[in-house]
Amino acid sequence: MSSLPDAEDLLARLADRMRASVTPDTALVGIHTGGVWLAHRLHKALALSQPLGTIDVSFYRDDYGSRGLHQKVRPSNIPFEVVDADIVLVDDVLYTGRTIRAAMNELFDYGRPKSIRLAALIDRGGRQLPISAQFVGAEIAVARDEQIELRKNEKDQLSLAVSPVGAA
Amino acid sequence: MTGYNPQLDANGKLQHLLTIEGLPREIVLHILDTAHSFLSVGEREIKKVPLLRGKAIFNLFFEASTRTRTTFEIAAKRLSADVINLNVGTSSQSKGETLLDTVANLSAMHADMFVVRHSQSGAAHLIARHVAPYIHVINAGDGRHAHPTQGLLDMFTIRHYKKEFTTLRVAIVGDVLHSRVARSQIHALTTLGVPEVRVIGPRTLLPSNVAELGVHVYHDMAAGLRDVDVVIMLRLQNERMNGALLPSAQEFFKYYGLTPEKLGNAKPDAIVMHPGPMNRGIEIESSVADGRQSVILPQVTFGIAVRMAVMSILAGNA
Repeated sequence: MSSLPDAEDLLARLADRMRASVTPDTALVGIHTGGVWLAHRLHKALALSQPLGTIDVSFYRDDYGSRGLHQKVRPSNIPFEVVDADIVLVDDVLYTGRTIRAAMNELFDYGRPKSIRLAALIDRGGRQLPISAQFVGAEIAVARDEQIELRKNEKDQLSLAVSPVGAA
Repeated sequence: MTGYNPQLDANGKLQHLLTIEGLPREIVLHILDTAHSFLSVGEREIKKVPLLRGKAIFNLFFEASTRTRTTFEIAAKRLSADVINLNVGTSSQSKGETLLDTVANLSAMHADMFVVRHSQSGAAHLIARHVAPYIHVINAGDGRHAHPTQGLLDMFTIRHYKKEFTTLRVAIVGDVLHSRVARSQIHALTTLGVPEVRVIGPRTLLPSNVAELGVHVYHDMAAGLRDVDVVIMLRLQNERMNGALLPSAQEFFKYYGLTPEKLGNAKPDAIVMHPGPMNRGIEIESSVADGRQSVILPQVTFGIAVRMAVMSILAGNA
Protein backbone atom coordinates (compact mmCIF):
# COMPACT_ATOMS: atom_id res chain seq x y z
CA MET A 1 0.00 0.00 0.00
CA SER A 2 1.49 3.32 -0.98
CA SER A 3 -0.74 5.95 0.60
CA LEU A 4 -3.55 5.27 3.01
CA PRO A 5 -6.37 7.80 3.28
CA ASP A 6 -6.70 9.81 6.45
CA ALA A 7 -9.12 8.05 8.83
CA GLU A 8 -10.49 11.33 10.18
CA ASP A 9 -11.40 12.44 6.64
CA LEU A 10 -13.10 9.12 5.99
CA LEU A 11 -15.05 9.41 9.22
CA ALA A 12 -16.30 12.87 8.24
CA ARG A 13 -17.30 11.53 4.84
CA LEU A 14 -19.09 8.56 6.42
CA ALA A 15 -21.04 10.89 8.73
CA ASP A 16 -22.06 13.03 5.71
CA ARG A 17 -23.26 9.97 3.85
CA MET A 18 -25.35 8.83 6.82
CA ARG A 19 -26.83 12.19 7.74
CA ALA A 20 -29.80 12.21 5.34
CA SER A 21 -30.73 8.62 6.19
CA VAL A 22 -30.88 8.71 9.97
CA THR A 23 -33.36 10.22 12.41
CA PRO A 24 -32.72 11.07 16.07
CA ASP A 25 -34.31 7.70 16.90
CA THR A 26 -31.83 5.71 14.84
CA ALA A 27 -29.82 3.48 17.19
CA LEU A 28 -26.10 2.99 16.60
CA VAL A 29 -24.35 -0.20 17.68
CA GLY A 30 -20.56 -0.23 17.49
CA ILE A 31 -18.70 -3.49 17.08
CA HIS A 32 -15.64 -3.84 19.33
CA THR A 33 -13.11 -2.33 19.17
CA GLY A 34 -12.72 0.02 16.19
CA GLY A 35 -16.45 0.09 15.50
CA VAL A 36 -17.09 1.33 19.03
CA TRP A 37 -14.66 4.24 18.57
CA LEU A 38 -16.38 5.16 15.31
CA ALA A 39 -19.88 4.79 16.74
CA HIS A 40 -19.02 7.21 19.57
CA ARG A 41 -17.87 9.81 17.05
CA LEU A 42 -20.81 9.26 14.69
CA HIS A 43 -23.28 9.41 17.58
CA LYS A 44 -21.99 12.87 18.39
CA ALA A 45 -21.63 14.09 14.82
CA LEU A 46 -25.16 13.01 13.90
CA ALA A 47 -26.68 14.26 17.20
CA LEU A 48 -28.56 11.03 17.82
CA SER A 49 -30.71 10.74 20.93
CA GLN A 50 -30.85 6.96 21.42
CA PRO A 51 -28.08 5.78 23.76
CA LEU A 52 -25.19 4.10 22.00
CA GLY A 53 -24.94 0.32 21.95
CA THR A 54 -21.73 -1.71 21.88
CA ILE A 55 -21.33 -5.32 20.88
CA ASP A 56 -18.60 -7.94 21.16
CA VAL A 57 -19.37 -10.83 18.84
CA SER A 58 -17.01 -13.35 20.48
CA PHE A 59 -19.89 -15.55 21.68
CA TYR A 60 -21.36 -15.68 18.14
CA ARG A 61 -18.27 -16.13 15.99
CA ASP A 62 -18.25 -19.02 13.51
CA ASP A 63 -14.55 -19.79 14.08
CA TYR A 64 -14.96 -20.71 17.78
CA GLY A 65 -14.73 -24.39 16.87
CA SER A 66 -11.33 -23.92 15.23
CA ARG A 67 -9.86 -20.99 17.13
CA GLY A 68 -11.51 -21.14 20.54
CA LEU A 69 -12.69 -18.23 22.60
CA HIS A 70 -10.98 -14.91 21.98
CA GLN A 71 -8.49 -13.86 24.60
CA LYS A 72 -10.20 -10.54 25.24
CA VAL A 73 -13.99 -10.51 25.39
CA ARG A 74 -15.78 -7.34 26.37
CA PRO A 75 -19.38 -7.22 27.60
CA SER A 76 -21.99 -6.27 25.02
CA ASN A 77 -24.18 -3.40 26.10
CA ILE A 78 -27.46 -2.63 24.33
CA PRO A 79 -29.07 0.16 26.38
CA PHE A 80 -32.16 0.63 24.19
CA GLU A 81 -35.20 -1.44 23.29
CA VAL A 82 -34.21 -3.54 20.27
CA VAL A 83 -37.78 -4.53 19.37
CA ASP A 84 -38.88 -2.34 16.43
CA ALA A 85 -35.69 -0.26 16.54
CA ASP A 86 -33.95 1.12 13.45
CA ILE A 87 -30.38 0.06 14.00
CA VAL A 88 -27.16 0.95 12.23
CA LEU A 89 -24.28 -1.41 12.97
CA VAL A 90 -20.90 0.32 12.85
CA ASP A 91 -17.64 -1.45 12.07
CA ASP A 92 -14.20 -0.26 11.05
CA VAL A 93 -13.36 -2.71 8.25
CA LEU A 94 -15.89 -4.71 6.26
CA TYR A 95 -14.21 -7.81 4.83
CA THR A 96 -15.64 -11.35 4.81
CA GLY A 97 -18.95 -10.33 6.40
CA ARG A 98 -18.68 -12.96 9.10
CA THR A 99 -18.41 -10.45 11.95
CA ILE A 100 -21.57 -8.73 10.71
CA ARG A 101 -23.40 -12.06 10.53
CA ALA A 102 -22.40 -12.73 14.15
CA ALA A 103 -23.44 -9.23 15.27
CA MET A 104 -26.86 -9.59 13.64
CA ASN A 105 -27.41 -12.94 15.34
CA GLU A 106 -26.54 -11.42 18.70
CA LEU A 107 -28.86 -8.43 18.15
CA PHE A 108 -31.77 -10.76 17.46
CA ASP A 109 -31.26 -12.33 20.90
CA TYR A 110 -32.22 -8.95 22.33
CA GLY A 111 -35.37 -8.69 20.20
CA ARG A 112 -36.67 -8.23 16.66
CA PRO A 113 -35.48 -4.92 15.25
CA LYS A 114 -37.44 -3.11 12.55
CA SER A 115 -34.32 -2.80 10.42
CA ILE A 116 -30.56 -3.19 10.56
CA ARG A 117 -28.22 -1.27 8.28
CA LEU A 118 -24.46 -1.29 8.19
CA ALA A 119 -21.92 1.53 8.25
CA ALA A 120 -18.25 0.71 7.64
CA LEU A 121 -15.32 3.08 7.52
CA ILE A 122 -13.61 0.85 4.96
CA ASP A 123 -14.90 -1.79 2.59
CA ARG A 124 -11.96 -3.92 1.49
CA GLY A 125 -14.01 -6.40 -0.57
CA GLY A 126 -13.47 -10.15 -0.18
CA ARG A 127 -16.98 -10.96 1.02
CA GLN A 128 -17.78 -14.60 1.88
CA LEU A 129 -21.42 -13.93 2.80
CA PRO A 130 -24.23 -12.00 1.08
CA ILE A 131 -23.70 -8.85 3.16
CA SER A 132 -23.16 -5.28 2.02
CA ALA A 133 -22.84 -1.92 3.75
CA GLN A 134 -25.35 0.90 3.19
CA PHE A 135 -22.80 3.51 4.27
CA VAL A 136 -19.08 3.30 3.44
CA GLY A 137 -16.25 5.79 4.04
CA ALA A 138 -14.05 4.38 1.28
CA GLU A 139 -13.40 1.23 -0.68
CA ILE A 140 -9.76 0.22 -0.34
CA ALA A 141 -8.08 -2.76 -1.96
CA VAL A 142 -5.93 -4.69 0.51
CA ALA A 143 -3.93 -7.79 -0.39
CA ARG A 144 -5.15 -11.05 1.10
CA ASP A 145 -1.99 -11.53 3.11
CA GLU A 146 -2.33 -8.09 4.65
CA GLN A 147 -4.66 -6.65 7.25
CA ILE A 148 -5.89 -3.09 7.57
CA GLU A 149 -6.48 -1.83 11.03
CA LEU A 150 -7.97 1.26 12.67
CA ARG A 151 -5.89 2.80 15.44
CA LYS A 152 -6.53 5.51 18.00
CA ASN A 153 -3.92 7.67 19.66
CA GLU A 154 -4.02 9.27 23.09
CA LYS A 155 -5.68 12.38 21.61
CA ASP A 156 -8.48 10.14 20.27
CA GLN A 157 -7.36 10.73 16.68
CA LEU A 158 -8.00 7.87 14.31
CA SER A 159 -5.56 6.52 11.75
CA LEU A 160 -5.19 3.50 9.46
CA ALA A 161 -2.36 1.00 9.32
CA VAL A 162 -1.63 -1.94 7.04
CA SER A 163 0.41 -4.90 8.26
CA PRO A 164 1.04 -8.52 7.26
CA VAL A 165 -1.60 -10.98 8.47
CA GLY A 166 -0.64 -12.51 11.79
CA ALA A 167 1.41 -9.54 12.97
CA ALA A 168 0.19 -8.20 16.29
CA MET B 1 5.38 -24.76 41.45
CA THR B 2 6.53 -25.27 37.92
CA GLY B 3 6.65 -28.29 35.68
CA TYR B 4 3.88 -30.69 34.80
CA ASN B 5 0.38 -29.37 35.26
CA PRO B 6 -2.29 -31.84 34.13
CA GLN B 7 -4.73 -28.99 33.54
CA LEU B 8 -2.70 -27.37 30.78
CA ASP B 9 -1.74 -28.62 27.32
CA ALA B 10 1.72 -28.31 25.78
CA ASN B 11 0.93 -24.73 24.74
CA GLY B 12 -0.17 -23.75 28.23
CA LYS B 13 -3.85 -23.71 27.30
CA LEU B 14 -6.44 -24.83 29.82
CA GLN B 15 -7.66 -28.36 29.03
CA HIS B 16 -9.28 -29.26 32.35
CA LEU B 17 -10.18 -27.28 35.43
CA LEU B 18 -9.18 -29.45 38.37
CA THR B 19 -7.77 -27.07 40.96
CA ILE B 20 -6.78 -23.41 41.25
CA GLU B 21 -3.45 -24.44 42.77
CA GLY B 22 -0.75 -23.79 40.20
CA LEU B 23 -3.09 -22.10 37.72
CA PRO B 24 -1.34 -19.14 36.06
CA ARG B 25 -2.69 -15.76 37.07
CA GLU B 26 -3.45 -14.84 33.42
CA ILE B 27 -5.77 -17.82 33.09
CA VAL B 28 -7.61 -16.94 36.31
CA LEU B 29 -8.04 -13.36 35.07
CA HIS B 30 -9.15 -14.52 31.62
CA ILE B 31 -11.87 -16.62 33.25
CA LEU B 32 -13.01 -13.68 35.41
CA ASP B 33 -12.99 -11.26 32.45
CA THR B 34 -14.92 -13.67 30.25
CA ALA B 35 -17.45 -14.28 33.03
CA HIS B 36 -18.00 -10.53 33.18
CA SER B 37 -19.13 -10.61 29.55
CA PHE B 38 -21.43 -13.57 30.20
CA LEU B 39 -23.15 -11.72 33.04
CA SER B 40 -25.04 -9.49 30.60
CA VAL B 41 -26.27 -12.54 28.67
CA GLY B 42 -28.26 -13.49 31.79
CA GLU B 43 -30.08 -10.17 31.68
CA ARG B 44 -31.27 -10.43 28.08
CA GLU B 45 -34.59 -11.47 26.61
CA ILE B 46 -32.93 -14.60 25.19
CA LYS B 47 -30.39 -15.81 27.73
CA LYS B 48 -28.51 -18.06 25.36
CA VAL B 49 -25.45 -17.86 23.14
CA PRO B 50 -24.67 -20.47 20.46
CA LEU B 51 -21.05 -21.27 21.44
CA LEU B 52 -21.46 -24.89 22.54
CA ARG B 53 -24.17 -25.99 20.08
CA GLY B 54 -23.81 -29.69 19.43
CA LYS B 55 -21.60 -30.35 22.46
CA ALA B 56 -22.65 -32.92 25.05
CA ILE B 57 -21.87 -32.07 28.66
CA PHE B 58 -22.31 -34.79 31.29
CA ASN B 59 -22.91 -33.74 34.88
CA LEU B 60 -21.43 -36.66 36.80
CA PHE B 61 -22.44 -36.29 40.41
CA PHE B 62 -21.21 -39.11 42.62
CA GLU B 63 -22.13 -36.95 45.61
CA ALA B 64 -25.40 -35.02 45.94
CA SER B 65 -25.44 -31.27 45.35
CA THR B 66 -28.51 -29.53 44.05
CA ARG B 67 -27.17 -26.02 43.74
CA THR B 68 -23.84 -26.77 42.09
CA ARG B 69 -25.37 -29.24 39.66
CA THR B 70 -28.16 -26.81 38.80
CA THR B 71 -25.85 -23.88 38.14
CA PHE B 72 -23.62 -26.04 35.93
CA GLU B 73 -26.72 -27.19 34.10
CA ILE B 74 -28.00 -23.65 33.58
CA ALA B 75 -24.54 -22.52 32.45
CA ALA B 76 -24.31 -25.32 29.89
CA LYS B 77 -27.82 -24.66 28.60
CA ARG B 78 -27.14 -20.94 28.22
CA LEU B 79 -24.19 -21.95 26.06
CA SER B 80 -26.59 -24.09 23.96
CA ALA B 81 -24.92 -27.37 24.94
CA ASP B 82 -26.85 -30.58 25.51
CA VAL B 83 -26.75 -31.47 29.19
CA ILE B 84 -27.08 -34.93 30.63
CA ASN B 85 -27.42 -35.21 34.40
CA LEU B 86 -26.29 -38.41 36.05
CA ASN B 87 -26.63 -39.06 39.74
CA VAL B 88 -24.17 -41.87 39.57
CA GLY B 89 -24.37 -42.80 43.22
CA THR B 90 -27.80 -44.18 42.53
CA SER B 91 -27.05 -46.11 39.34
CA SER B 92 -24.16 -48.10 37.91
CA GLN B 93 -21.75 -47.42 40.75
CA SER B 94 -24.07 -49.17 43.13
CA LYS B 95 -24.02 -52.11 40.72
CA GLY B 96 -20.25 -52.27 41.04
CA GLU B 97 -19.02 -50.47 37.91
CA THR B 98 -15.71 -48.68 38.42
CA LEU B 99 -15.35 -44.94 38.01
CA LEU B 100 -13.23 -45.31 34.86
CA ASP B 101 -15.65 -47.82 33.32
CA THR B 102 -18.50 -45.38 33.88
CA VAL B 103 -16.49 -42.64 32.20
CA ALA B 104 -15.44 -44.90 29.31
CA ASN B 105 -19.07 -45.79 28.65
CA LEU B 106 -20.16 -42.18 28.66
CA SER B 107 -17.25 -41.26 26.38
CA ALA B 108 -18.55 -43.87 23.95
CA MET B 109 -21.78 -41.86 23.95
CA HIS B 110 -19.74 -38.95 22.51
CA ALA B 111 -19.34 -36.80 25.59
CA ASP B 112 -17.39 -33.57 25.09
CA MET B 113 -17.13 -32.53 28.71
CA PHE B 114 -17.51 -34.05 32.17
CA VAL B 115 -18.46 -32.03 35.23
CA VAL B 116 -17.45 -34.24 38.14
CA ARG B 117 -18.45 -34.14 41.81
CA HIS B 118 -17.03 -36.90 43.97
CA SER B 119 -16.46 -37.53 47.68
CA GLN B 120 -12.95 -38.85 46.96
CA SER B 121 -10.15 -36.30 46.56
CA GLY B 122 -8.49 -36.73 43.18
CA ALA B 123 -11.47 -38.27 41.37
CA ALA B 124 -11.57 -35.54 38.70
CA HIS B 125 -7.79 -35.80 38.20
CA LEU B 126 -8.11 -39.53 37.65
CA ILE B 127 -10.81 -39.04 35.03
CA ALA B 128 -8.85 -36.26 33.31
CA ARG B 129 -5.85 -38.57 32.97
CA HIS B 130 -7.88 -41.27 31.26
CA VAL B 131 -10.22 -39.45 28.88
CA ALA B 132 -9.55 -38.90 25.18
CA PRO B 133 -7.65 -35.68 24.44
CA TYR B 134 -10.68 -33.82 23.09
CA ILE B 135 -12.70 -34.38 26.29
CA HIS B 136 -12.53 -31.72 28.99
CA VAL B 137 -13.06 -32.29 32.70
CA ILE B 138 -14.26 -29.78 35.30
CA ASN B 139 -13.86 -30.59 38.96
CA ALA B 140 -17.11 -29.64 40.71
CA GLY B 141 -15.76 -30.65 44.10
CA ASP B 142 -13.61 -33.62 45.11
CA GLY B 143 -13.49 -34.71 48.73
CA ARG B 144 -11.64 -32.20 50.87
CA HIS B 145 -9.37 -31.24 47.98
CA ALA B 146 -10.74 -28.57 45.66
CA HIS B 147 -13.81 -26.83 44.28
CA PRO B 148 -12.26 -24.52 41.71
CA THR B 149 -15.40 -23.01 40.15
CA GLN B 150 -16.63 -22.04 43.62
CA GLY B 151 -13.26 -20.41 44.31
CA LEU B 152 -13.46 -18.56 41.00
CA LEU B 153 -16.99 -17.32 41.53
CA ASP B 154 -15.94 -16.08 44.95
CA MET B 155 -13.10 -14.15 43.30
CA PHE B 156 -15.56 -12.77 40.75
CA THR B 157 -17.79 -11.63 43.62
CA ILE B 158 -14.91 -9.97 45.48
CA ARG B 159 -13.76 -8.22 42.31
CA HIS B 160 -17.32 -7.08 41.57
CA TYR B 161 -17.65 -5.31 44.92
CA LYS B 162 -14.05 -4.41 45.75
CA LYS B 163 -12.50 -3.91 42.26
CA GLU B 164 -8.86 -4.44 43.30
CA PHE B 165 -7.39 -7.53 44.95
CA THR B 166 -4.05 -6.08 45.93
CA THR B 167 -5.29 -3.91 48.80
CA LEU B 168 -7.61 -6.39 50.50
CA ARG B 169 -7.76 -8.17 53.82
CA VAL B 170 -9.89 -11.31 53.56
CA ALA B 171 -11.02 -13.59 56.40
CA ILE B 172 -12.22 -17.17 55.89
CA VAL B 173 -14.18 -18.38 58.89
CA GLY B 174 -15.18 -21.77 60.23
CA ASP B 175 -14.62 -25.36 59.22
CA VAL B 176 -11.53 -24.99 57.07
CA LEU B 177 -10.43 -28.56 57.82
CA HIS B 178 -13.18 -30.21 55.80
CA SER B 179 -13.55 -27.45 53.24
CA ARG B 180 -12.42 -27.88 49.64
CA VAL B 181 -13.99 -24.47 49.08
CA ALA B 182 -11.58 -22.84 51.55
CA ARG B 183 -8.58 -24.48 49.89
CA SER B 184 -9.64 -23.21 46.46
CA GLN B 185 -10.30 -19.75 47.85
CA ILE B 186 -6.90 -19.54 49.52
CA HIS B 187 -5.10 -20.54 46.30
CA ALA B 188 -7.15 -18.08 44.25
CA LEU B 189 -6.68 -15.18 46.66
CA THR B 190 -2.94 -15.81 46.75
CA THR B 191 -2.71 -16.11 42.97
CA LEU B 192 -4.54 -12.79 42.55
CA GLY B 193 -2.22 -10.99 44.94
CA VAL B 194 -4.41 -10.46 48.02
CA PRO B 195 -1.83 -9.36 50.59
CA GLU B 196 -3.53 -10.66 53.72
CA VAL B 197 -5.63 -13.82 53.95
CA ARG B 198 -6.78 -14.92 57.40
CA VAL B 199 -8.41 -18.11 58.53
CA ILE B 200 -10.45 -18.10 61.71
CA GLY B 201 -11.70 -21.18 63.53
CA PRO B 202 -11.24 -23.56 66.43
CA ARG B 203 -7.98 -25.55 66.42
CA THR B 204 -9.91 -28.74 65.75
CA LEU B 205 -11.35 -27.36 62.49
CA LEU B 206 -8.19 -25.83 61.04
CA PRO B 207 -5.70 -28.07 59.22
CA SER B 208 -2.49 -28.29 61.25
CA ASN B 209 -0.40 -27.11 58.29
CA VAL B 210 -2.73 -24.32 57.14
CA ALA B 211 -0.15 -21.60 57.79
CA GLU B 212 2.02 -23.15 55.09
CA LEU B 213 -0.53 -21.91 52.55
CA GLY B 214 0.52 -18.37 53.42
CA VAL B 215 -2.44 -17.44 55.61
CA HIS B 216 -2.63 -15.87 59.06
CA VAL B 217 -4.31 -18.08 61.64
CA TYR B 218 -6.75 -16.76 64.25
CA HIS B 219 -8.80 -18.55 66.87
CA ASP B 220 -10.67 -15.47 68.03
CA MET B 221 -13.35 -13.86 65.85
CA ALA B 222 -13.03 -10.30 67.15
CA ALA B 223 -9.30 -10.23 66.44
CA GLY B 224 -9.56 -12.13 63.17
CA LEU B 225 -12.30 -9.95 61.71
CA ARG B 226 -10.67 -6.67 62.72
CA ASP B 227 -10.59 -4.31 59.70
CA VAL B 228 -11.18 -6.98 57.06
CA ASP B 229 -12.77 -6.07 53.70
CA VAL B 230 -14.26 -9.49 52.99
CA VAL B 231 -15.72 -12.10 55.35
CA ILE B 232 -16.16 -15.56 53.88
CA MET B 233 -18.19 -17.91 56.06
CA LEU B 234 -17.87 -21.64 55.51
CA ARG B 235 -20.57 -24.20 56.01
CA LEU B 236 -20.17 -26.38 59.08
CA GLN B 237 -19.87 -29.76 57.39
CA ASN B 238 -21.97 -31.86 59.73
CA GLU B 239 -21.97 -34.80 57.35
CA ARG B 240 -18.17 -34.97 57.32
CA MET B 241 -17.78 -34.85 61.10
CA ASN B 242 -17.71 -37.77 63.45
CA GLY B 243 -18.61 -35.77 66.54
CA ALA B 244 -15.20 -35.56 68.18
CA LEU B 245 -14.26 -32.21 66.72
CA LEU B 246 -16.93 -29.97 68.23
CA PRO B 247 -18.73 -29.97 71.57
CA SER B 248 -21.97 -28.78 69.91
CA ALA B 249 -23.33 -26.59 67.15
CA GLN B 250 -24.56 -24.10 69.77
CA GLU B 251 -21.08 -23.86 71.22
CA PHE B 252 -19.71 -23.25 67.70
CA PHE B 253 -22.22 -20.50 67.05
CA LYS B 254 -21.34 -18.81 70.31
CA TYR B 255 -17.68 -18.44 69.35
CA TYR B 256 -17.62 -18.50 65.56
CA GLY B 257 -21.17 -17.80 64.33
CA LEU B 258 -21.31 -14.50 62.43
CA THR B 259 -23.53 -12.05 64.32
CA PRO B 260 -23.96 -8.30 63.71
CA GLU B 261 -21.79 -7.67 66.78
CA LYS B 262 -18.88 -9.77 65.52
CA LEU B 263 -19.24 -8.34 62.01
CA GLY B 264 -18.88 -4.90 63.60
CA ASN B 265 -15.15 -5.62 63.91
CA ALA B 266 -14.77 -5.67 60.13
CA LYS B 267 -14.65 -2.56 57.99
CA PRO B 268 -18.05 -0.86 57.71
CA ASP B 269 -18.23 -1.67 53.99
CA ALA B 270 -17.06 -5.27 54.36
CA ILE B 271 -18.99 -7.83 52.33
CA VAL B 272 -20.22 -11.16 53.73
CA MET B 273 -20.02 -14.27 51.56
CA HIS B 274 -21.09 -17.89 52.00
CA PRO B 275 -20.82 -20.72 49.46
CA GLY B 276 -24.12 -22.25 50.59
CA PRO B 277 -26.05 -24.13 51.70
CA MET B 278 -26.20 -22.05 54.88
CA ASN B 279 -26.83 -23.39 58.36
CA ARG B 280 -28.65 -20.40 59.81
CA GLY B 281 -28.02 -20.04 63.52
CA ILE B 282 -24.92 -22.25 63.38
CA GLU B 283 -22.30 -20.46 61.32
CA ILE B 284 -24.29 -17.33 60.46
CA GLU B 285 -27.17 -15.43 62.04
CA SER B 286 -30.14 -14.74 59.80
CA SER B 287 -29.92 -10.98 60.30
CA VAL B 288 -26.41 -11.08 58.78
CA ALA B 289 -27.24 -13.57 56.04
CA ASP B 290 -30.13 -11.36 54.92
CA GLY B 291 -28.46 -8.09 55.85
CA ARG B 292 -27.14 -5.21 53.82
CA GLN B 293 -23.55 -6.48 53.72
CA SER B 294 -24.52 -9.94 52.49
CA VAL B 295 -23.69 -10.79 48.87
CA ILE B 296 -24.64 -14.45 49.21
CA LEU B 297 -27.35 -14.44 46.54
CA PRO B 298 -25.31 -12.46 43.99
CA GLN B 299 -22.66 -15.18 44.45
CA VAL B 300 -25.14 -17.67 43.01
CA THR B 301 -25.91 -15.47 39.99
CA PHE B 302 -22.22 -14.85 39.36
CA GLY B 303 -21.60 -18.59 39.63
CA ILE B 304 -23.56 -19.19 36.43
CA ALA B 305 -21.51 -16.64 34.48
CA VAL B 306 -18.24 -18.04 35.85
CA ARG B 307 -19.20 -21.60 34.89
CA MET B 308 -20.17 -20.41 31.41
CA ALA B 309 -16.74 -18.82 31.10
CA VAL B 310 -14.92 -21.97 32.22
CA MET B 311 -16.93 -24.23 29.90
CA SER B 312 -16.52 -21.99 26.86
CA ILE B 313 -12.79 -21.51 27.39
CA LEU B 314 -12.23 -25.26 27.86
CA ALA B 315 -14.37 -26.33 24.90
CA GLY B 316 -12.65 -23.72 22.71
CA ASN B 317 -9.21 -25.12 23.55
CA ALA B 318 -9.87 -28.16 21.38
